Amino acid sequence: MPANRFNGFTNLGIGIGLRVPHYGHILEKKPVVDWFEIISENYMIDAGRPLEVLDKILEQYQVVQHGVSMYFGSTDPLNREHLKRLRQLVKRTNTPFLSDHLCWGSVDGNYTHDLLPMPYTFAAAKSTAERIRQVQDFVEVPVIVENVSSYAEFHLSEMSEWEFLSEVAEAADCGILLDVNNIYVSSQNHSFNPLDYVNNVPHERVGQIHLAGHSKFERYILDTHDHAVIDPVWKLYARAIELCGPTATLLEWDAKIPSFEEVHGEALKARKYLQAVNQRAADKSAAKAAPATRPARRQPVGV
Amino acid sequence: MTPLTADWVMQRLATDGRAMADVVGEFIKPNDRLTSFERIELYNKQYWFRLIDIMYEDYAGIAALLGRKRFNKFAEEYLKKYPSRSGLLRNLGRKIVQFVSEAPELTAPHTQMVLEMAQCEWAQVEAFDAPQKTPLTIDDLLGKDPATTRLTLQPSITLLDLHYAVDRLLISVRKEGLRSEASNASEGVGSAPSRRRAAKAERAFVAVNRINNSVFLERLQEPAFAILKSLQAGATIVEAIEAATPEDADAVEWSAQVQEWFKNWMGMRWFCRK
Repeated sequence: MPANRFNGFTNLGIGIGLRVPHYGHILEKKPVVDWFEIISENYMIDAGRPLEVLDKILEQYQVVQHGVSMYFGSTDPLNREHLKRLRQLVKRTNTPFLSDHLCWGSVDGNYTHDLLPMPYTFAAAKSTAERIRQVQDFVEVPVIVENVSSYAEFHLSEMSEWEFLSEVAEAADCGILLDVNNIYVSSQNHSFNPLDYVNNVPHERVGQIHLAGHSKFERYILDTHDHAVIDPVWKLYARAIELCGPTATLLEWDAKIPSFEEVHGEALKARKYLQAVNQRAADKSAAKAAPATRPARRQPVGV
Repeated sequence: MTPLTADWVMQRLATDGRAMADVVGEFIKPNDRLTSFERIELYNKQYWFRLIDIMYEDYAGIAALLGRKRFNKFAEEYLKKYPSRSGLLRNLGRKIVQFVSEAPELTAPHTQMVLEMAQCEWAQVEAFDAPQKTPLTIDDLLGKDPATTRLTLQPSITLLDLHYAVDRLLISVRKEGLRSEASNASEGVGSAPSRRRAAKAERAFVAVNRINNSVFLERLQEPAFAILKSLQAGATIVEAIEAATPEDADAVEWSAQVQEWFKNWMGMRWFCRK
């Protein structure tokens, strides 16, 4: 299940976001990291230091692109210039797939640089899926969509967020980047059970999982990516990989960024959950392979 | 996005005069902790805080001249007039130079100083990631007639004729920024008035450029600047040099000086193929 057509049949392991404060450490120490995720928009440029660093990283590591401004849920025509630059970068990085968010964020060509929540309607699902298909056709690699964290809900919504995500993914025939921190943040802001979300998305479409930390305020939670992952989010993660299989996992840490070792160490906590899933899968297949007879009796000592 | 009030909260009235709470309540659900208004206000605040913070980072020189409070107002007015039109944040300040001229009341009485700082900072944005074209080599120029040869400057180069030492102030602001990042301090040091005194009135000819993927602000002598300006405008080598030659120039010294400049510029790979 983890390597599927939505993630380019890759099985990447545990990665972290490539961030400027870690450039020096990575280039100098060349730490062992399964993969890095880059924010596409930071490298959709003609030349300069970011591309120089990226090229050096690409010599050593697998890189996957993650976007923040495709706005699948907006109704503006797709920005062709943006798409061309994105495709150029896809060719440069050889990313096996790319991701962006299930949200909107631009109106009449004006960009908010935010990930705004959508009304969960069938009409919105249809138009969003159409845009995802167009992008996928243009960039020629699989596109997976990520659920966002949100702080507001629409009266207009006709279904739950996970139903909407499923509806969009099915209609676009695309994969899902399941952000379990975002599920947790939204569940607290909108008072739903996050396990309902994790249990009910189409697991066979999940191509990647995101983990992150957030900030809790008195009356709401903000998705700030500036802390370690909290236990309830790890529990959601455990449930997600139990259902989806040992999926490519990435830790996002975007503000108050600590040392490379701390960020990578936090990401590697995912390993024990992945190992548990692998172990269960191995036990299951061993049990299947064993003959259906009574367990062998222990031999008496000395006989 | 609707601008926030002076107290950085969402406007109470919509543009049509209705109560914003009523307008928002029509399409956003409240929950047991937040009203519809408060939920949308989270997004409204985040939009302004995020973009103003990004501008503060990218245009730290202007912020140093204006001070944080006045810069916030400047950035807010800029974003109202020129909201982002691109998914790439590097383009956020694409109209900043024009805006300083269009809204002098936001920077008065230091508008010229701020304008020149805006030119410097936007040139830095351009230099940071402009295309790198194949540089010309000495061999490319061998046998070429300077009377008919035109040279192209790298797209990363911007030539600025300044009347304030904003280039030097910008360098010191960036250095302080790096130092405060390293020490986790939240703000650089120095007040806006002392910054403005540091950017003293002084004519300076500056080439903002990128070498080995680092951006530099290079001070030039006036005739050197004039030669490069003419070349950038499409003059031939001879035309550019002639236009820049001082009336009282000693022919031998002038010729040696010009050769030295061209040697430096070639060394820095400032000329490229078209």
